[in-house]
Amino acid sequence: MKRTGAQIVWEVLTREGVDTVFGHPGGAILPVYDAMPAYPVRHILARHEQAAGHMADGYARVSGRVGVVTVTSGPAATNLVTALATAMMDSIPILAITGQVPTTLLGNDAFQETDVTGVTQAVTKHNYLVTDIRDLARVLREALYIAQSGRPGPVLVDICKDVLNDETDYEFPEKLDLPGYRPFAGVDMQAIEAAAELINQAQRPVIIAGHGVQMAHAENELRQLAEKAHIPVAMTLLGLGDIPETHPLSLGMCGMHGEARANKAIQASDVLIGIGMRFDDRVTGDLDAFAPHAKVIHIELDPAEINKNVPADVGILADAREALQALLPKVQPAEHREWMAQIEEWNRESQERDILNAEVDELIPPMIMRELWHVTQGDVIMVTDVGQHQMWEAQYFLHERPRQLLTSGGLGTMGYALPAAIGAHFAAPDETVWAVVGDGGFQMTIQELGTVMQEKVPVKIAIINNGFLGMVRQWQELFYEKNYAGTPILSPDYVKLAEAYGIPARLVTSQEDVSAVLKEAHEHPGPFLIEFQVKEEVNVYPMVEPGEAIDNLIRRRIVQGPSGLQPAW
Amino acid sequence: MTHDPSTFHKYTVVAWLEDKPGVLSRVLSLFRRRNFNIESLAVGHSERPGVSRLTFTVLGDDRMVEQAIKQLDKLVNVLRVEDITHKPAVRREMALIRVKVNAQTRPEVMQLVDIYRAHIIDVSMDSLVVQAVGNEERLNSLIDLLSNFPITEMVRTGPVAMTRGAAGKNGNGKHARRMAL
Ligand SMILES: Cc1ncc(C[n+]2csc(CCOP(=O)(O)OP(=O)(O)O)c2C)c(N)n1
Ligand SMILES: [Mg+2]
Repeated sequence: MKRTGAQIVWEVLTREGVDTVFGHPGGAILPVYDAMPAYPVRHILARHEQAAGHMADGYARVSGRVGVVTVTSGPAATNLVTALATAMMDSIPILAITGQVPTTLLGNDAFQETDVTGVTQAVTKHNYLVTDIRDLARVLREALYIAQSGRPGPVLVDICKDVLNDETDYEFPEKLDLPGYRPFAGVDMQAIEAAAELINQAQRPVIIAGHGVQMAHAENELRQLAEKAHIPVAMTLLGLGDIPETHPLSLGMCGMHGEARANKAIQASDVLIGIGMRFDDRVTGDLDAFAPHAKVIHIELDPAEINKNVPADVGILADAREALQALLPKVQPAEHREWMAQIEEWNRESQERDILNAEVDELIPPMIMRELWHVTQGDVIMVTDVGQHQMWEAQYFLHERPRQLLTSGGLGTMGYALPAAIGAHFAAPDETVWAVVGDGGFQMTIQELGTVMQEKVPVKIAIINNGFLGMVRQWQELFYEKNYAGTPILSPDYVKLAEAYGIPARLVTSQEDVSAVLKEAHEHPGPFLIEFQVKEEVNVYPMVEPGEAIDNLIRRRIVQGPSGLQPAW
Repeated sequence: MTHDPSTFHKYTVVAWLEDKPGVLSRVLSLFRRRNFNIESLAVGHSERPGVSRLTFTVLGDDRMVEQAIKQLDKLVNVLRVEDITHKPAVRREMALIRVKVNAQTRPEVMQLVDIYRAHIIDVSMDSLVVQAVGNEERLNSLIDLLSNFPITEMVRTGPVAMTRGAAGKNGNGKHARRMAL
């Protein structure tokens, strides 16, 4: 079978089940676009390559399959870097295909030439430069395999334009030969025995469940372990939904803006079980003061994460599901009444400080998040941007299931939400996708309203407009004496803007309207945008100052309200 | 857990790499990015075509070196990594040292070269080039002595190493992943 390089790209991708790609064309990738219509793939045109990358990311997080993005050389490839870095930090499988100048011009500073493999080395799991058509099919197949196996991540394939135009005899490469790539580890039964022994003796056990649980589809096993051995479960930001947040054993999110009960339980624990998580600094705070009494069991697929930040007493190098399946029969049923009572006590304290218990006339973001949960009955895909609204969503929307919350956890990439929500829609067209964004982050990828319009993406957009780069303002308030330098931010008239794109929109300024407008948006069949003009200087609490122990929490103050003591904002 | 530089010592690690474009750049970029304190690095062919062998020494503590090894092992083109710091091994390094000499000092230098079983590989009126092979300490002590003459130019390869005994492994071992756990 004679095929051009461009045809080989589609032959391999479609053979591997790819039917949706996100991208933006240009000179060096043009042969790929030229060959595309002959293949059963849908192309979503993004307005910016960063957004195309986030779309592929959102698609991958929801579908569990590799998200594919195709862009051209030079500026297009450099535009993609942020999306690759975002995916790298959160272990998201992406295949990025970039066009490159012809091999004859490589290294010549040719028009739109950038050393793309050089530039993306640190933000990809692996990358390739293809200069010979005979390598192309094999490289694409390897790239897809590497992206989704082991600890997933983005893989980039940079293809010279002449390679795309060349012709060769094509055959699908059946065999993979990657002698240096060993993504699978068998479960070490000795380690499982050691872990079971620690768990069976524990008085104050805590699980911290992360993103790895979702990627391994280990949520049922996690729940079984928690219920059988009566272990409360704290979750990382990307782990939210590992166990339903309405479950009695859920402690909610832990870490910098975690629930007080979760952080305190971790600190007081005698056995701490990290599952599919990497003890990121936003989770641990001061490492030297982290979980000082705990024996640590760490179940993790990436060997480099075990002992990286927190030394493990028992390290289990395995897929979370396989490890938990091996562990479950060895764990004895238990009940930890005193421990749960202590946690309940911490929880009661927190309730008193919960901003939802404040009497307040103005529009407060946490209230919107909780209302969104009520209105949607929690049955939606939530995509959040980065900042205060992201933390409020994490705290006040109760996530029920894995892959329900998409957010840039590791890199904290503003501008992520709208494009990722678009990608999420294409992975799950029957589900309702909500993008919750700040006025700052939304303006970073606002151009993707064009993609929403063109592709008729029925995404619901909730803009939390607080007139500030709110999270940075909060740091300025707490640590820089309210020197609000560079953080006040103006917004366009979002309702008019949406209308210009043909997207229905509403402005909400008062509490009374929240529920009805959310309902209207939720029930509307197409895209819908809501701008919430909220009270400006509200802070996210609790908060752990960077570098502090995670139980050293800055709490919401209690102040005199209209009818007695109440939480401040 | 934080790291205390006063407890750092030197580790010798061997890695087998696929001999493909860009592989060494990946390794170096990883060292830089992860802030690993690499003291020396030597790379060349191994006994297997297509596989190169890298020996490097790194300064740190056990956990830092465990990290360096695991991160290196994750690179797709890295076949195997082995920490040979505490294994019986031979370590050798080569140095070329140009020493400034005159009629009086030349015999002195030649005598030293003899004692250290080094060689003189180039001679001119006012200088000698010494080729020395040995372990690091031995080279250090020779260089220390020669610097009195003085040394005008020098190059060292950085140590290469090989474990003792017959059972050499040839770089496609599947068990290396577990070594540090
Ligand atoms: C691309 C990028 N630039 C800068 C930052 C730093 N940053 C973190 S949160 C934040 C403010 C976000 O403001 P907004 O989108 O309005 O959300 P809010 O915090 O007000 O809810 C900034 C600037 C970032 N995370 N990402
Ligand atoms: Mg804002």
